[in-house]
Amino acid sequence: MTMPEPVLLGATQVLAHVPGLAIHGSKPRRELPRHPEVEGAFLAALRSFDDAVAYPPHQVFLGALHPRQLPPRPWVGAPAPDGTSRFGPAGEIMPDHEFLGLLAAVDHFGLVTLDPAVAEQAAVALAAHPLAKHLDLDRIDAATGDAAAVATRPGSLPLHLGTDHGGVAAAVVSAHEADEALSAVVLLDNLAAKATAALALLHVLRSTGVDPTSVDYVIGCGEEAIGDRYQRGGGNMAKAVAEVAGLTEASGMDVKNFCAAPIPALVMASSLVASGVFGRVAVVAGGSLAKVGMKFQGHLRHGLPILEDVLGGAAALIGPDDGVSPRVRLDSVGRHKVSAGGAGPQIMEALAVEPLRRLGIPMADVNDYATELHNPEITEPQGSGDVAARNYKLIAALAARAGSIVADKEAQAGFVAEHGMPGFAPTQGHLASAQCYLPHARARLTSGGGDRVMLLAKGSLFLGRMSQLSDGMSVLLERNGNDDNDDNPKGR
Amino acid sequence: MDLRSQEAILRLAESHGRDDIVVIIGAPDPESAEIAAETVRLGDPTYAGPLAGAQLGLEVFHVLHEEVQADVPPEVWDSQIGVMADILDVDGINAAIEEIRSRPLDG
Repeated sequence: MTMPEPVLLGATQVLAHVPGLAIHGSKPRRELPRHPEVEGAFLAALRSFDDAVAYPPHQVFLGALHPRQLPPRPWVGAPAPDGTSRFGPAGEIMPDHEFLGLLAAVDHFGLVTLDPAVAEQAAVALAAHPLAKHLDLDRIDAATGDAAAVATRPGSLPLHLGTDHGGVAAAVVSAHEADEALSAVVLLDNLAAKATAALALLHVLRSTGVDPTSVDYVIGCGEEAIGDRYQRGGGNMAKAVAEVAGLTEASGMDVKNFCAAPIPALVMASSLVASGVFGRVAVVAGGSLAKVGMKFQGHLRHGLPILEDVLGGAAALIGPDDGVSPRVRLDSVGRHKVSAGGAGPQIMEALAVEPLRRLGIPMADVNDYATELHNPEITEPQGSGDVAARNYKLIAALAARAGSIVADKEAQAGFVAEHGMPGFAPTQGHLASAQCYLPHARARLTSGGGDRVMLLAKGSLFLGRMSQLSDGMSVLLERNGNDDNDDNPKGR
Repeated sequence: MDLRSQEAILRLAESHGRDDIVVIIGAPDPESAEIAAETVRLGDPTYAGPLAGAQLGLEVFHVLHEEVQADVPPEVWDSQIGVMADILDVDGINAAIEEIRSRPLDG
């Protein structure tokens, strides 16, 4: 029996511009009450929607530009790239009043109350949205009420719009008085993740023209662990997202692996297709509200706007070979073994070098390496450096050691320029970890000039205090119909 | 430098004595190496951690310093550290730490 070859049918990603929710990020939520004098500066440094749309890294995230087409930094204050729009080839950036409406539209437990004026504005805007017919806008009506009064209930959270922190635009209630896993702030995190993931999934269905009822399974790989106090990471955001996106014939599950989760999720989805267990499998990830405003102190110190004022979301669709879409090479999967060692070079060796050596592919024959692509304009002011640039220098140094390129600084810099790219993703690690390159990878491997893209994700397991290890996984995507691949046995 | 590391260094300095401790820094750039070195020698410049105002004056090197390399078996250096020496600004990092080491300690 010939096994189906899995391909990337489509990949989309979205942003929700949420300046009004930024104070509910983990860091602002902790620091602003301790330093009330900073709150004014924080609110004053939030961006307008127009500024967020025009921000060049956001346009890259939406697929309007390739990362290597980014203008020179600084990107804050740079002119908007040509053709800048709220909607890009890969998805969209949604303004906050619409997003509050979307939160209500995906809320099946009456957790969100919208102020009537906000509900009206959101309902009108979402009714004109290209995906309106897939959104349950009746829920916005049902969620309309006295948000200010609801916000005063014990355990409730007031939500605001933009920088207007005078009025209460919406409120979220807790679902259990004693269960921290069902507190208003956790439920808001989870609803925000659900809404962004669902929006991205609707976009990928629209862009591929795939019938929602033809998707068999959904794998969630976002960072939020949904559950209650008896099983805090109980899960299945994926099925919740499938439900609101109209995937009536699908089931789903979540894959957790810190920032690295999207690549294992993609490999599992492709394996399910390759094995014939399922026909079409979606991979979805919502944004992390906890990480909004995470590095705000560095941004304020450097006179920058609060650059972490967006939630991301991503969706990819895997199916059997259609003769066009990039193939997911399951024989190329690289993994970071327990025995591999935890030093940076050892992790990168396991993920970027070993799989190519095994397949006999020279490192320079991979057009693009997509690794952790955090926007350096966000990370540098808070002392985290340029994560993407560090990764590419390391890959180039390993390529030199492997004999794939000449071992001198110039050759390594050339390798970085040709095969690397500037980081552009929000600091919601699972989105930054290679996943954010999927729409670009699909474009490069179909209409663009690329033959191979390596996706490479790492996750910091030690953050959970159960292991000092990191983890990671890598996989190659290849242009379909490339003769070079005919020696690649199908279904391995 | 994070608060847990500061706590650990303070505890070690108190239990073993300042003269018997060398701090090896692994920071990837001159700026963060300088802050780490300053923290363990002159005190936490951000005044956020246990070493705020604590002038421990500890001996400090970066892991990529040649004196550290001399104490590491070559095969370990090669597998664990060597690649980083190829890609980081080693001279800049060591200069930043040397600048902190050259600052006089009070008293």
